[in-house]
Order: sequence, then C-alpha cells, then structure tokens
Amino acid sequence: MFDYKKHLLAPLTGSAITLFARLVTAVRGVWEGCEPVARQRVYFANHGSNGDFVLVWTVLPPALRAQTRPVAGSDYWLNTPLKAFVGRDVFRAVLIDRNPETRTLDPVGQMAEALEQGDSLILFPEGTRNTGDDLLLPFKPGLFHLAQKYPDVDLVPTWIDNLTSVMPKGEVIPVPLLCSVTFGDPLRIRDGENKLEFITRAEDALRALGQEVQS
Amino acid sequence: MNTPAEFSTLMIGVFAILITATVIARLIKARTGTTELVENLIARINAWWGMVALLAIAMIAGKTGVVILFTLISFAALREFLTLTTKRRADHYALLVSFFIVLPLQYILIWTNWYGMYSIFIPVYVFLLLPIVAVLRGDTENFLVRIAETQWGLMVCVFAASHVPALIMLEIPGFEGKNVLLIAFLVVTVQISDVLQYVWGKIFGKRKIAPKLSPSKTWEGFLGGVLSASLIGAGLWWMTPFTPLQAFALALMSTLLGFFGGLVMSAIKRDKGVKDWGHLIAGHGGFVDRLDSVVFSAPIFFHVVRYFWSVA
Repeated sequence: MFDYKKHLLAPLTGSAITLFARLVTAVRGVWEGCEPVARQRVYFANHGSNGDFVLVWTVLPPALRAQTRPVAGSDYWLNTPLKAFVGRDVFRAVLIDRNPETRTLDPVGQMAEALEQGDSLILFPEGTRNTGDDLLLPFKPGLFHLAQKYPDVDLVPTWIDNLTSVMPKGEVIPVPLLCSVTFGDPLRIRDGENKLEFITRAEDALRALGQEVQS
Repeated sequence: MNTPAEFSTLMIGVFAILITATVIARLIKARTGTTELVENLIARINAWWGMVALLAIAMIAGKTGVVILFTLISFAALREFLTLTTKRRADHYALLVSFFIVLPLQYILIWTNWYGMYSIFIPVYVFLLLPIVAVLRGDTENFLVRIAETQWGLMVCVFAASHVPALIMLEIPGFEGKNVLLIAFLVVTVQISDVLQYVWGKIFGKRKIAPKLSPSKTWEGFLGGVLSASLIGAGLWWMTPFTPLQAFALALMSTLLGFFGGLVMSAIKRDKGVKDWGHLIAGHGGFVDRLDSVVFSAPIFFHVVRYFWSVA
C-alpha cells in the first residue's frame, strides 16, 4: 500500500519548512572549507535555537539533504504527535535521550548506526542551547567517540549565524533577519590524539569559524 | 488595468537599453574572456531584467500591484537593515511589531490614501509607541542605540520607501489615470543616474569624491552621472505633468538626493563593517544596496510634486 505519510506528507512538509526558513531568514550557505559534495560527513554546529538544524538542512543541496540526519533530543521531539512526525518522518532525526538516568539506548551507538547506513549527521556537540554570551559551551565527548570509530568520516565545523536573534530561547514567533550557515575545513582525528586534545581542537575550529563569520 | 500609452513607449525604450547593455556585455566577455568585472557586469544586467520585469508587471496591475510590490520590497529591505542594527533579546516584541504590524499598516494607509495618517504614522506614532513596547521588558543596556537604530530602519525601509507607491494617489489636474508614470519617472531617473555614475566613473573616473565612504565613487562619475541622468529626465517630460525644464530640475533634485543617500547608506555599512546589505540581488548585493537612492529621493519628490502640482 502507498505510504502517503512517508512519500507525500513528509516531503511536502519538508519543502514547506525549508520555504518558511528561507522567507524568514533568506539563509545562505557558505562553503568555505569544503564543497557541497556527497561525502559522508558529520556537520558539527553551534546550537542556540531549535531551528538550527532546519537552517543547515535548508542550505544543503536536496541530494545531500536526503542523506543527512540531524541528531536531536527525544525529550523535545517526541512530546507531541506533530513534533514526532516532523522529527521522525520529515527530518529522519536520530533521536537520542539526553538523560543518562532514563535512557535505554546509547546515543553514540545510535549515531554510529546511522553512519553505518551511509548517512551523514548534523550534530550539536554542546548538547544544549547556548543562551549565554560565550560563543560556545564546552563540547560533550560524543564527537570524539564518533571520530575514533569512523576515522574516514569528515567532521565539518559548521557555524550558524544570527538564528538566535531570529528566535531567542523561549520566543514563539520568529523575527525576519538574515542568517547564514558557514562550512569550515573538515577535521579528522590524528594518530594518538586523546579525547581532551581532540575535543579542544574541534571546539577551537568551530570557535575560530564563528569569530571569522562575526567579524 | 489600462496603462497609459506613454508607459508602452517608455517600456520599449527601457527594453532597448537592456538589450543593448546585454549585447555589449557579451561582446566585452567575448573579447576579454571571463573576468570578475565582466561577470559582475553580466550579473548586474541580468538582475536589471528581473527588476524591470517585476516593476512593469506591478505597474500594469495598477495601484494594488505597486502597493503589494513595495510592501514586499520594504519587508526584504527591513530584514536586511535590522540584521545589522544593535538589538537584544528584550527587543523581540518591538521587532515583531515593526515587521508584522507597522510595515503592513503603513502600506494599508497608503492603499487607502489616508495622507494625514501615513505621513505621521511612523515619524510620530511609532516613534513614541515602539520604545514603550521595548522598555516594558526592562533591559536598559544600549537602550537608546537599540530604539534609535530600529526607528531609523523603519524610517528608511518602510516610511521613505512607501512614498514611491504613494505617488499613484496624487491628484494632478489633466494627469488623471497616468500617475503610474510619476513612479516610472522617479525610478528611471534615479536608477539610471546610479548606472551612469558607475559607467562615467569606470571610464573617466580619476578624482575620488569620498574616499573614506565609498572608494569607487569619483567626481567624474558623480558629475557625469547626475547631469546625464537629469538630461534624460528632462527628455522624459512628455510622460509627466512637467515642462522639460521642470522635469530637468526634478530629476536633478532626485538624482542629487539619490547620490547623497547612497553616501549615507555607505557610511552605515562602513560603521557596521559590511560591504553589502545582503546577497539576494546577484551583482548588486542586497535590496537596500539597490534601493538606497530611491528611498532618499522618493519622499521629497513626492512632497514637491504634491505641493506644486497636486490639488489634494
């Protein structure tokens, strides 16, 4: 039987969401350190708004979009049927439980599963939305574990600019302002690099990209 | 839907210019190969085709068409302007009010031709009420800068821009049903002045006129562009209620205002550390980059024509 939800409703909703993102933010993708080509990647980005992965998703060419899955918190995305539809069927998000007390699945294992299937990921290594004045919060270690397990996957620092002004945490209606998504030089783990060294290097790369975009 | 006959004549002229420009750009490309300058020139000309087409369709659709087009242009311009202004989380409601209440209301007032209200709505009512919306959130950091920059964005991108469609509503004896040509006259002279300043500057430009503000602008470009555009304005008297001399004077006034408006907007860009206001019009930058001269000339052109020619 034709699965209208998966083959009709989900793509249409996806198009409607990207159109809306463009109307509000006129978002522009800047491929500075790499090209928009079909390589397996983990785009790791700063996180200030629930719309973050929508912007990254919007600027990806449609062919890449079909193979790229955001990693998002299940506590947020599964609490209403509408959000569950958007999260699961439209964005095909890898939904992870951020609470170590309640979770039954290992988040890194879930991301690894998506990479095994050949998909790329959009990851927010800060783990939560940054509402302070610092450019970045300290990264969670998940990125390191992925880098170690999949040394051939490109880790692309991705800076999402201005979306927090469009939709600050706690606000419902977005203010139309221009946004951009800048993709930096891909990173790979080095031989013998430990967790702290690698995470620091990844944080520095994203922070430097952010400073460059904002200056 | 009945556009005046002069409109068709003008459009034939504009298309002739665009076709000539397109052919010349292709010839230059064939001769010099692909350079950044020629690619930018071609992108600019292609964008002109799009802008002329949109404006022509709006004018053929008449009053409603022009009001809708400028509502959308104001939206895109305000989005660019407020991206660069100082703002904090506490401004969220003030910004939402600017986009979703002030902007549409200004154009509804224009559409209903309520002159007494649209002339003071943003300079008086919004000026006083918007800071009240902002102050209720209790954040005082940079407060004056935040409200002043937001108000400035509304004045330039909404209030001033809305005076272009307002020209349609002027009642000029003997010119009934032809007001769309006033818009065409203003937009054509001011924009052709920008283009001619660029051309004169590229060919004869030597002495910089404002090196700090806009390093590419020269005295030769300024004088050549403004004077030749004003002569073209005089040559368009047949589609206006003006004599050739009056048309020249009004075109000169508009192109001078447009030039200095461009300098003012350049100063703001320098202050904010950007080269262009946006990226949506290929070769030109953003909407504000293309609109700055029209915005600075439209309200004064409107009021001069209203004072000397209009009965209402």
